[in-house]
Amino acid sequence: MSAFRVEIRVMPRVSLLDPQGQAVSHALHALGFAEVGDVRVGKHLVLRVEAPSRDDAAARARAMCDRLLANPVTEDFQLQVEAA
Amino acid sequence: MRRVAIVVFPGSNCDADTLDAARAAGADAYFVWHKAGDLCQADVVILPGGFSYGDYLRSGAIARFSPVLAAVTTHARAGGPVLGICNGFQILCEAGLLPGALMRNARLRFLSRPVRVLVEATDTPFTHLYSFAEELVLPVAHGDGRFVADERTTAELEAEGRVVWRYVGENPNGSTRNIAGVCNAGRNVVGIMPHPERRNAPALGGTDGARVFLSMEAAHATQHAGGVRAGGGHHTGV
Repeated sequence: MSAFRVEIRVMPRVSLLDPQGQAVSHALHALGFAEVGDVRVGKHLVLRVEAPSRDDAAARARAMCDRLLANPVTEDFQLQVEAA
Repeated sequence: MRRVAIVVFPGSNCDADTLDAARAAGADAYFVWHKAGDLCQADVVILPGGFSYGDYLRSGAIARFSPVLAAVTTHARAGGPVLGICNGFQILCEAGLLPGALMRNARLRFLSRPVRVLVEATDTPFTHLYSFAEELVLPVAHGDGRFVADERTTAELEAEGRVVWRYVGENPNGSTRNIAGVCNAGRNVVGIMPHPERRNAPALGGTDGARVFLSMEAAHATQHAGGVRAGGGHHTGV
C-alpha cells in the first residue's frame, strides 16, 4: 500500500446557471477588472488515500465522486492523482 | 389514524412543526432518529425541513446516507407514501427517490416569505383533497431551492403530470419551469420546497397547507372504511 494525494475538482455543469459565478463576476467588474468574462465557482477537494497503486487510487476516488462528492445531475468532476 | 414517522436528522429544524401539523390532521405522528434501522411500522414517512449536516458538500448529500434512509427507500419502493419538505425534498433527490436536484437560488439570497403556488397534481397521497389548479399561499424558507433536471427528465415530468406544485406569478428561486414540487413515477413519493406545515392554522396566517396532512390522513380512511369516512370527519377537523 502507498499513499496518494488525490485532488478533485467539482464544477457546476456548463449548461446550468451558476449564480455564485455571476456574483463574483459582477464584484470583479465593480473592482475595475473589466477584462473578466464568465466566472464559474466550483469545489476543490484534496484527499489522502491509501491504495496498492495509482490506478487503484484513481478508481476509488472516481467511485467516491460517483457516490457522494459530485451530483451527477448538476456537476462534473475531474481528478488528479499523485504520490503523497 | 395513520402512523406517520417524521425523520429527525442532525440539523432538522421543522420536525416539531411537521409533527404538530400531522397530529392536527388526526395522524399518530412520532419522531424517528436518523440512525434508526426501522420506521416503527409507519404508514407514511415525512422528511422535514432544516439544514441536515449543515448543508455541507450539498444540501441533503450527507443525510442521504443516514442509516434510516435504507428503511425509507424500502418503504418507498413498496409504494408507501413519502413526503419530503424543503431539506427533505433535497434529500429525496440526492437519494434518487425523486428526479432532479435543488441548486442555489438564482438570486443567491436566502428566501423566507410566502409565495403563490398552483396545485397541478391531485392524485398523490398528499394532494388529493385539493382541486386541480387551486392557488395556494405557502411560505418558502430556503437558499437552495432551484429545482433543475435535464430536458428529458423535465419533459417526462410534464408529460406524466408529475409536477405537483408550480410557482405562479413569480418564481422565487429560478427553478426549471417554475417547479415547486414533484412526485415519482409511482406518485407515492412527493417533494415540495414550500412549507405546508407553516400554514395549517388561522393563527399562522392561513390554512392552505393543512390539506397536505389531511390528504395523507384521509387516504387511510378511504382505504380502510370506504368512501363514507373519507368525505366526512377529517376534512373539517382543523
